Amino acid sequence: MRDSYSIRRIKDRLMLILVWSSLILALIPLFSILLEVFFNGVRAISLEFFILPTPTVGETGGIANAIQGTLVTLGLASLMGVPIGLMTGVFLSEYGGSKLSYLVRFINDVLTGLPSIVIGIFGYTLIVASIGFSVVAASFALAIIMIPIVARTTEEALKLVPASIREAALALGIQRWKTTVFIVLSGAKKGIVTGVLLALARIAGESAPILVTMGYWRWWFSGFNKPVSNLALNIYLFAISPFENWRVLAWGSALFLMVLMLGINILIRVLTREKY
Amino acid sequence: MVMQYELKTMYKFEVEDLNAWFGSKQVLKNIRMKIRDRKVTAIIGPSGCGKTTLLRCLNRMHETTPNARVSGKVFFNGINIYDEDVDPVQIRRKMGMIFQKPNPFPMMSIYDNVAIGLRLNGVKDRKKLDSIVERCLRMVGLWEEVKDELNASGVSLSGGQQQRLCIARALAVEPEVILMDEPTSALDPISAAKIEMLIRNLAKDYTVVIVTHNMQQAARVSDYTAFLYLGELVEYGPTKQIFEKPRNELTEKYITGSFG
Repeated sequence: MRDSYSIRRIKDRLMLILVWSSLILALIPLFSILLEVFFNGVRAISLEFFILPTPTVGETGGIANAIQGTLVTLGLASLMGVPIGLMTGVFLSEYGGSKLSYLVRFINDVLTGLPSIVIGIFGYTLIVASIGFSVVAASFALAIIMIPIVARTTEEALKLVPASIREAALALGIQRWKTTVFIVLSGAKKGIVTGVLLALARIAGESAPILVTMGYWRWWFSGFNKPVSNLALNIYLFAISPFENWRVLAWGSALFLMVLMLGINILIRVLTREKY
Repeated sequence: MVMQYELKTMYKFEVEDLNAWFGSKQVLKNIRMKIRDRKVTAIIGPSGCGKTTLLRCLNRMHETTPNARVSGKVFFNGINIYDEDVDPVQIRRKMGMIFQKPNPFPMMSIYDNVAIGLRLNGVKDRKKLDSIVERCLRMVGLWEEVKDELNASGVSLSGGQQQRLCIARALAVEPEVILMDEPTSALDPISAAKIEMLIRNLAKDYTVVIVTHNMQQAARVSDYTAFLYLGELVEYGPTKQIFEKPRNELTEKYITGSFG
């Protein structure tokens, strides 16, 4: 009796140790990255860092043009990706049920898992080949990454709106499309905003598709048919450069992106928590 | 001409050979009944007898359920609402519907809940909306309770208040008929009593059709009662007669509580 009890206790302890050590093992790299980026990045932070563009060798400079370029690219990508993703989500939730919607949902899931470089190459062949490396090409590629994420989260958010709400609207003599747009969508507003923010956080960190659709650009925005500077891509290029001031900027950009992601995630938490 | 005039004044609905299905299951069988204008008509019967389906066939909500099907005619003000050129949206605008569970729009304020039907049908004039919202909330006896918190969420109200808000929402689009699907079954007795009083008041201006599984309620609020069993209309007549001298044996068994 006593023996089997102590064996069970040992097994229990072993399991506990195993779980805890796995947790610590998983957290070590995470925290070492966070701390490394933080302490190295902080050195780059100054007023110039936020207001000056990319410097030449030995000069002081900042990431202002990259922030501008990233915002422009993300903005254009959202303009293209969000409406299509949203409409796809509405279709899947409100007009789904047919064979077509199963197919769309399946393709959408496949698209979510597609490597971003493949989407970049797609943007390259479709747009770069005709108008060259540009904001349009990069935004197009990023939009394609956004669409399945927005579509999926929109669908899930709409499914949470109870059927009784749709019935109430239809019984009031409100047309189906108005019911969808003004009643159902507005009921799922928070879930949809969350999906859009998640998608934005995802594409803000993409560098591979940027590399093949826009490439490197160290000046300010000068038109949608031209490239712009991009934070994620800069991290890659600056980090492998031989110039000390660029490597510092790479750390700074990494910290900036990290804080941006953190901000977006906190925003999502705040938005999803606050309910009537 | 004279006959038609009489039809219009006496009957709001004339149901002719109405059949309804969910998939291959027939839930209504050859229903024929005339529903009088400005009276309360109750539909009673055991669970699954088709009373809710019958109600939902009156405003063409039945067909919004997947695989649902209808045949037959329902004349509303002399027009068959199942005619091909009739727009179900126009029909539903003339009939308010109240559901078993109060379902105010959760993301909207009390004010917006009442005003939304009008807004989405193109009414923008704020003064007009204000006056309609106040009038409808007064009609359901909610105005005094909520006039200082019109911007609060509709779901912040109690269940009974929510149900009255839903009635106000239905009244705002100026329907001619109020269809109620067990409107008090999710409410406490006091809230239910308020709704019942309201139903009596509404019958002065509106045709009310109410589905209920509470026979006392049917006896209290209705002028006419229809008893449905297994999708068939077993007996239909003045409420007093149905409850005191039912002609059909089944009706008698049901109202005396022998089954159901």
